[in-house]
Amino acid sequence: MSETANSLPMPARAGHPAPGMGAMAARSGALNPARIAIRGLDFYYGTNQSLKKINLDLPAQQVTGMIGPSGCGKSTLLRVLNRMYSLYPGQRAEGEVLMDGQNLIAPEMDTNALRSRIGMVFQKPTPFPMSVYDNIAFGVKLHEQLSKSAMEERVEWSLTRAALWGEVKDRLSGSAMGLSGGQQQRLCIARTIAVRPEVILLDEPTSALDPISTLKVEELIDELKRDFTIAIVTHNMQQAARCADQVAFFYLGEMVEVAPAAQLFTAPKQKRTQEYITGRFG
Amino acid sequence: MSEAQHIVKSYGQELQLLRGLMTAMGGMVESQVALATDAILHQDADTATRAVELDLQVDQQEREAEQLVIRLLALRQPMADDLRQVVGAMKITAAMERIGDYAKNIARRSIVLGQYRLPFSLAGVANMSRLVQENLKLVIDAIGENDADKANQVWQADLAIDEIYNSIFRELVTYMMEDARNITPCTHLLFIAKNLERIGDHATNIAEHVHYAVTGEALREDRPKGDASAYAVVRLPNDAAPR
Repeated sequence: MSETANSLPMPARAGHPAPGMGAMAARSGALNPARIAIRGLDFYYGTNQSLKKINLDLPAQQVTGMIGPSGCGKSTLLRVLNRMYSLYPGQRAEGEVLMDGQNLIAPEMDTNALRSRIGMVFQKPTPFPMSVYDNIAFGVKLHEQLSKSAMEERVEWSLTRAALWGEVKDRLSGSAMGLSGGQQQRLCIARTIAVRPEVILLDEPTSALDPISTLKVEELIDELKRDFTIAIVTHNMQQAARCADQVAFFYLGEMVEVAPAAQLFTAPKQKRTQEYITGRFG
Repeated sequence: MSEAQHIVKSYGQELQLLRGLMTAMGGMVESQVALATDAILHQDADTATRAVELDLQVDQQEREAEQLVIRLLALRQPMADDLRQVVGAMKITAAMERIGDYAKNIARRSIVLGQYRLPFSLAGVANMSRLVQENLKLVIDAIGENDADKANQVWQADLAIDEIYNSIFRELVTYMMEDARNITPCTHLLFIAKNLERIGDHATNIAEHVHYAVTGEALREDRPKGDASAYAVVRLPNDAAPR
């Protein structure tokens, strides 16, 4: 495999929006049409309602930041979007999460196929205890039959897009556990994009990383939004300000306010948003 | 601004300190304008000198505010209304510094003016300065009290100042045409009136910054403006129109 520029084209996928749209609209405050439309979403852990009538659009090829105090429901919302919750008994969602006209939370929805379209990256890097190469190939093999050379190409593409290729190309057969925390997190992002999802969900992806690794992941997010629709949950307000095109503020299971990032952080409309982002909460 | 306190108290205290610097600086330029006006009306060089000397303190105050703003931006990363207040403070103190400069200039001219016996009344200038000082006081109150309504009041009131300025302009040009010996004092008075008019404009700019900092909404662009002196022509009877 030879080193390839970071602008390696994405393998074609039917129904995938044209790349570049997100980059053009980069943080101008204008939002793209919704890739996912959440309508009247309620979520329950048993009898405890943790999301109340959420209405939110995730604009295509842009970054939606979700902020709010612990327990406000923002991570729960991510878990709803890729049906993570349906692994657990007693958890249920009501309402609509629409993507291409399909309701993702309908019981008949094939969750495996769904999770290949909506990938998720977690707070702590979770590499598999196997080689760097296999970490990427493992997920791809679940969904696709690829020849050896096609798989090599896919692994290189994913690692390049995750801005990790240059650092690991000479140690692809080495264990992923030997990578630094920041590299492991980018490996997890590479693993997520290897199955060519349309939407990437990031749940506090940099909270365990040092500031430089954090910036690398943020730069990566900026790159990735050309091809993917991204939602990021973060406790770091400045991170939301740096990365997100639109920011939603959650409190006690309600979405209090959503607005383009520049507007929300300079002149929020709701008092609760203002008090939270200025550090005057409660 | 939200009534709730910042969780980090020292941050809230720094924002309070910044507000204190602004109102103190506002008080200083208010005194400067008052002293400079007294110096004209009473032809008093000592008062004029005090107004000029006060400018050093005003400049010092502006540098302090600027340092505090930079520190707040770097160390606290203010958001929302805090961010608007901090950025507003930088612009407001810059406008106050300009007001101080105009007051200083008025005071200096008053010293020259003191050497002339003026054959006309200074009621127009006195009246104009009173309106300007009222506006200045109101806008400094608006800063201290985070009061967007007062800011709006200042913004509206500038029209009257512009109108007095126009009438002073015409009056002084007439005196100059009547008697060439009036030209030097009247020219100084014209600059004085122009400086007062500029001070009024800066008070209005400050009002705009206060309004934005408090509400997050800009006052609309088309402020009522009345300074028509740029187009004014004063002609003697039977004088030909200018080409």
